[in-house]
Amino acid sequence: MSEQDQAASTTKPPVLALRDAHKSFGAVQALRGAHLELYAGESHALVGENGAGKSTLIKVLAGVHQPDSGTIALDGEPVTFRSTADALAAGIAVIYQEPTLFPDLTVAENIFVGRQPQGRGRTIDRRAMNAAATELFTRLGVPLHPDRLARGLSIADQQLVEIAKALSVGARVLIMDEPTAALSGVEVDRLFAVVRGLREDGAAVLFISHRFSEVEALCQRVTVMRDGQHVSTDLMPDVTTDELVRRMVGRELSAMFAKEDVPAGEVVLEVEGLTREGVFADVTFQVRAGEIVALAGLVGSGRSEVVQSIFGVDRRDAGTVRVAGRVLPPNRPRAAMAAGLALVPEDRRQQGLILDLSIQRNITLPRARQLATLGLLTGHSERRSAAEWARRLHTRFARLADPVATLSGGNQQKVVLAKWLSTEPKVLIVDEPTRGIDVATKAEVHRLMSDLAARGVAILAVSSELPEVLGMADRVLVMREGRLAADLPRAEATEESIIRAGTGAAA
Amino acid sequence: MSTDTPLRTADTAPTAPVTRTRRTLGWDAAIIAVTLAFLVVASLGVEHFGTARNFGFLVLDLAPILLLALPMTLIIITGDIDLSVASMVGLTSSAIGVMWDAGLPLETILVLAVVLGAILGAVNGFFVAVLGLPALAVTIGTLALYRGLSYVLLGDSAVATFPRSFTGWTIGSVGWMPNILPGLLLLVAVFAVVLHATPAGRAIYAIGANVTAAAYAGIRVMRTRFLLFVTSGAVAGLVGAFWTMRFSSARADNAFGLELTVVAAVLLGGVSIFGGKGSLPGVFAGVVLLMSLQNALRLERISTEALTVVTGSLLIISVLLPNVLARVRTALRRRRPPEPDQTPTAAPAAQRKESP
Repeated sequence: MSEQDQAASTTKPPVLALRDAHKSFGAVQALRGAHLELYAGESHALVGENGAGKSTLIKVLAGVHQPDSGTIALDGEPVTFRSTADALAAGIAVIYQEPTLFPDLTVAENIFVGRQPQGRGRTIDRRAMNAAATELFTRLGVPLHPDRLARGLSIADQQLVEIAKALSVGARVLIMDEPTAALSGVEVDRLFAVVRGLREDGAAVLFISHRFSEVEALCQRVTVMRDGQHVSTDLMPDVTTDELVRRMVGRELSAMFAKEDVPAGEVVLEVEGLTREGVFADVTFQVRAGEIVALAGLVGSGRSEVVQSIFGVDRRDAGTVRVAGRVLPPNRPRAAMAAGLALVPEDRRQQGLILDLSIQRNITLPRARQLATLGLLTGHSERRSAAEWARRLHTRFARLADPVATLSGGNQQKVVLAKWLSTEPKVLIVDEPTRGIDVATKAEVHRLMSDLAARGVAILAVSSELPEVLGMADRVLVMREGRLAADLPRAEATEESIIRAGTGAAA
Repeated sequence: MSTDTPLRTADTAPTAPVTRTRRTLGWDAAIIAVTLAFLVVASLGVEHFGTARNFGFLVLDLAPILLLALPMTLIIITGDIDLSVASMVGLTSSAIGVMWDAGLPLETILVLAVVLGAILGAVNGFFVAVLGLPALAVTIGTLALYRGLSYVLLGDSAVATFPRSFTGWTIGSVGWMPNILPGLLLLVAVFAVVLHATPAGRAIYAIGANVTAAAYAGIRVMRTRFLLFVTSGAVAGLVGAFWTMRFSSARADNAFGLELTVVAAVLLGGVSIFGGKGSLPGVFAGVVLLMSLQNALRLERISTEALTVVTGSLLIISVLLPNVLARVRTALRRRRPPEPDQTPTAAPAAQRKESP
């Protein structure tokens, strides 16, 4: 308790403060009034839905992004971080969920990479380096050997190496982005012990997590973000989990497009006991013709992996998938397509499009065979088909022969949609269909999905945007840690019920 | 879906009319122009270059490079490479010698040569496509392995007792027309059609440009890559047969080092070593340019060592030049608009206020 009072009542300026930060990426406003103050000796939780702007905020503090407006102050003095090196020099270190160490270097080499202690003749003084690493680990209270290769270290140990690296450059602010997502209970306890130790030494720790129990166990203050904005900052004991969930949500649905009611038809997609070890387990559900089913849950809960496995681009260890009664063989996207399945994938630039190829080639790629006459493609049928689908989706472009990379994000997404709608699927799976596109295009995509459902297409939509999920879905499946945690009919689906099911927060 | 548009939005701008490609002049178009220009200049300026006799020699010299360059183009566009082609030529040539000595009929032997080549290619394809090992490492390995095996088969000896009816036909001609030319051009046409006008060709470009997105579009990536290595082997088997008949000699060191010329010609033809880009007409021009340049230099009595220098230099230029041009282009583009960070209207406005 005394720690908390100290953190709140201190008269010193905050170690690091971000005030009224705005940041846009194209048409997307990631931050619009973000606010955060970190004091020495406190651990501070940052919570919010997917897409609330937490990651962007971290990247601004870490010097990855520069804010469009707003100020960053270090010990009360305004500063500008032009690069991650600037932020690091100021004592700000970020520990990511999955650290990226050099696997073939030793632990000590990873800590001191680029600034190894030097002996005579500019050679690396290994003894001094290992001694310094050992000292850091002693300070952290963890038994890691400095001479061991980083390859094969558990994620928990890799995070500790990153923390040691941060300490070795004298970091005073540690930002931890969902560090516990991949850790076991014991590892979480050890990490928390390390964090408490750092806090006592006067470091400020910013802790991002979706697990409220951890936030309660570790943090003294908590900041809630929503839609890129600061909502509230409170002392931890003053606010209940229920209240936090409510603040994370609190949004009007009026502006969102709502799906028309369509009587659900036959079951067209049946997934039974779908399992991929360590990723998702025993996923069972059905989607009917004319129905839009949302697959919600936190990023990393296994949603994308499930749909990739259904489509066959990712393997599965057990379970069956049926489309209109036909069993799909595993790992065969082509068979899935033949059965009437289409997947608009999560990562448009890597999975959805071939950026160097033309708009035309991208749209017609899944149907090259059908468009060929006697096995030959003269370009004419492809051009006609691509033009037709680009027109139906109101895609803006100069020439069909232009590389798809020249289009805006929203138009690129329309090309991906055109590509898959042109296969005339019975089941359309869309993974984050409106990520990174502007509001007008979002509305178009929602309208399109509703129209498709009205024509009897079964739609399964993975989405992190709860308003979208609530506006569009007839039913909401919620995943948590690789399992289906809830199957909510439209009447029972609210932002709160979805967040509760997705985070496991007690009702 | 029926024909009406599923969406009605404020976005009323009509999509641009679908015009035929109005592309900027690509590298392949440039290399075709350079090749044509060179052929004209050499015919006029180099003694004997434009004769029927020299044309016959040029076609015979060019045939193995051109044949091997066809599947190599497809493989490099998918982002792989096959460096074992010359060794596969050598091994099939040795096998032809052994089978001939064993008394098999030559027609059967030549067919078996192609089959053997396909099997050797399948070994490459298995390691690269099925096991997922890097093509560069695997085919450097089989480059050594297959050459070694051909020495195991024939040692230092040569088999040279092939019937005139075969060897004579291979190097013969009807008037200006070498006997092998129609077949050669037919194969070029087949590969060009496959690459540029079939679903398989679309798949090849897609794999080279983004293998993940290709897989997401239902393209059978493993199968395509495997079959290309098999094709490369089969063509190498065919070249093994041609080489043996042309020189009337089956030797273990046949076609030694030829893979470098093949790769050089393909890159000179505008194929990107990183995959995803290139065209067969460009490669055809690249092979013709490289080989007719060598032919012309030889007519001018330039030594063989100098010829290797030419091949090497052309290889480097063909890789370097597109990069340099691209950099120049982006540098020019960057210079034109004002710095995007500064607000371009604010500064002049402020100046205007101060000036009077």
